[in-house]
Amino acid sequence: MPTNRRPPAGITLRGIVKRYGPATVLDGIDLDIAPGEFLTLVGPSGCGKSTLLRTIAGFEPQDEGQVRIGDRVVDRLPPAERDVAMVFQSYALYPHMTVAGNIATPLEMRRLSLAERLPLLRLASPRRPRIRREIMAEVEAVARQLDILPLLARKPAQLSGGQRQRVALGRAMVRDPAAFLMDEPLSNLDARLRVQMRTELAELHKRLGATFVYVTHDQVEAMTMSDRVALMEAGRILQLGTPAALYDTPASISVARFIGSPPINLLPAEARADGAIMTEGLRLHAHGALPAGRVTLGLRPEALELAPPETPGTLPVSLRRAENLGAEWLLHAVTPGGTDLVARVPATAPVPERFSLAIDPARLHLFGADGQRLVTRLGLRVPA
Amino acid sequence: MNRAKALAGAAFAAPAFALMLALLIGPLLVLLALSVTDYRLGAMAVKLVGLGHYAALFQDEVFQRALRNTFLYVALVLPGAVFGGLGIALLVHARVRTRSFYEVIYFLPVTSTLVAMATVWQFMLHPSLGPVSAVFAALGMAGVDLLNDPSLALGTLAMIGLWQQVGFNMVLFLAGLSAIPRDLYEAAALDGAGGGIDRFLRVTWPLLGPTTMFVTITSTIAAFKVFDTVAVLTKGGPLGSTETLLYVLYLEGFQYFRTGYAAAMTIVLLAFLIILSLLQARVIDRRVHYA
Repeated sequence: MPTNRRPPAGITLRGIVKRYGPATVLDGIDLDIAPGEFLTLVGPSGCGKSTLLRTIAGFEPQDEGQVRIGDRVVDRLPPAERDVAMVFQSYALYPHMTVAGNIATPLEMRRLSLAERLPLLRLASPRRPRIRREIMAEVEAVARQLDILPLLARKPAQLSGGQRQRVALGRAMVRDPAAFLMDEPLSNLDARLRVQMRTELAELHKRLGATFVYVTHDQVEAMTMSDRVALMEAGRILQLGTPAALYDTPASISVARFIGSPPINLLPAEARADGAIMTEGLRLHAHGALPAGRVTLGLRPEALELAPPETPGTLPVSLRRAENLGAEWLLHAVTPGGTDLVARVPATAPVPERFSLAIDPARLHLFGADGQRLVTRLGLRVPA
Repeated sequence: MNRAKALAGAAFAAPAFALMLALLIGPLLVLLALSVTDYRLGAMAVKLVGLGHYAALFQDEVFQRALRNTFLYVALVLPGAVFGGLGIALLVHARVRTRSFYEVIYFLPVTSTLVAMATVWQFMLHPSLGPVSAVFAALGMAGVDLLNDPSLALGTLAMIGLWQQVGFNMVLFLAGLSAIPRDLYEAAALDGAGGGIDRFLRVTWPLLGPTTMFVTITSTIAAFKVFDTVAVLTKGGPLGSTETLLYVLYLEGFQYFRTGYAAAMTIVLLAFLIILSLLQARVIDRRVHYA
């Protein structure tokens, strides 16, 4: 690992459009990734997140728009000259080469001439042994950082999934790239290892101070590791913000649904011209003007609280199923109106047989008929 | 292991074993037995001759020549069949719209009957009527008779054999190429190994290792068994220059009816094939499987 590491580069995307035949996969993406930022592209499969990453890498050049890495426009550059490294879901290690050979490849490609890489002919180069020694020293330094030093002589087939993952990371790190691109790097690992690697990746990011662009369909990975998250759907970025911003102020129903586990509860409601919002026999009021019509209320499971049955101003529900998560209960219930709700309550006492669910109006999300967030403060009118 | 398990295992293996016994091992034993007798097809009495036939083989000039011709034929066909097949596969694989067209074109010779195609080649190479000879004449080499010149006949047969084998190998290599993950090419492109030579040396060639091994072994065996073109086009001539092992074996067994002698030849041919396959498998296998 070179000690005088280069400063990380930012990535700027402007109006990126990508089409496959009649289908538009990326529909005008604008995104500014700050130097040293851990930015996650998250979304359901087919939302275009991987395509966007591959556009940055140069595998699938965009049809319109501009990609800028650092202060260079890279639109016409092949992948190797874009100065980015990528970690693939499949790791994409060269199976016939040792771990050391895999990690050394990007350096050999850069520092040795074509003749010095060819079989037999390479033996004629007088400077090759010296360059190879330098490369191997750097490979070992990276391997030491990743704790895979004892594995250098092995072939990828002799490694576990987690070890292969590290080798792939090593191959990316050894180049000291302007940015790291990661395409679902944890998807092939088992659940326990995934949690562990999540922590390690976040720590690696902190240690390297490099720019990470991370693609995942797993909102937990997005929430736990990222500085910022870009949530994508149908080729567009629905919302860009910190994990907390996406969770606390989702811009639309789609975002609210995607972020959070168990997912947000959605209650259909009716907004009236006088500012009242009616749902399930409850009467809420908005401080401020609201267009009358159908709206949707979003409640995170932890925004619901247990209340004695028939408390005024609460939702009378019937319990379907209670899941014990140790420290808390997940209560699956259904309202008289037939909407399913999940409440997350502390497991301090046994779950009562009959109960109501109290709503904290300050933690309610209100979405208009078009699914967009309505910014307004809500109050709850409790009948006397 | 308990007895019931062992019995069940044996019962499961039995059908396959019975088939092997009836179709492979049995005939082989019969062949071995025949090779130590003076059996002639249709003869009523049989005498044991021990290893006499094998001793005779080493004195038999026709057999020795056939052996030399066969090895020469294999040496002529094999590099072209393997690397030609690989080269064509690489070119065809890169086509997008025309790919299936070229696949069919190159695979056609494989699907055709070589005996029928040999008559076509006979016309093509005919010294006065054939288009190939016309091309030679136009190049100032009039009178070249590819099938009747003792120094050219075996080479000509090798080219026809190559023409027939290369399409099959192309298909095998195409399958091998399709099995190489796209990620690996992309990783290579990012690592700076995106150029043609580096991509081939870092990804394509190593990952085609198992395919190449298979193609080499099957091509060797196919070339070793050359028969139909010899039988149709040259009948071993001119001057025995195209007599190959299988053709000589056929003459001994089915023209001269010296079944015992032919059986001994077959055993020798089999031994060569087994030794070659084992050698290739042993040597190459260690270098092409990375698990």
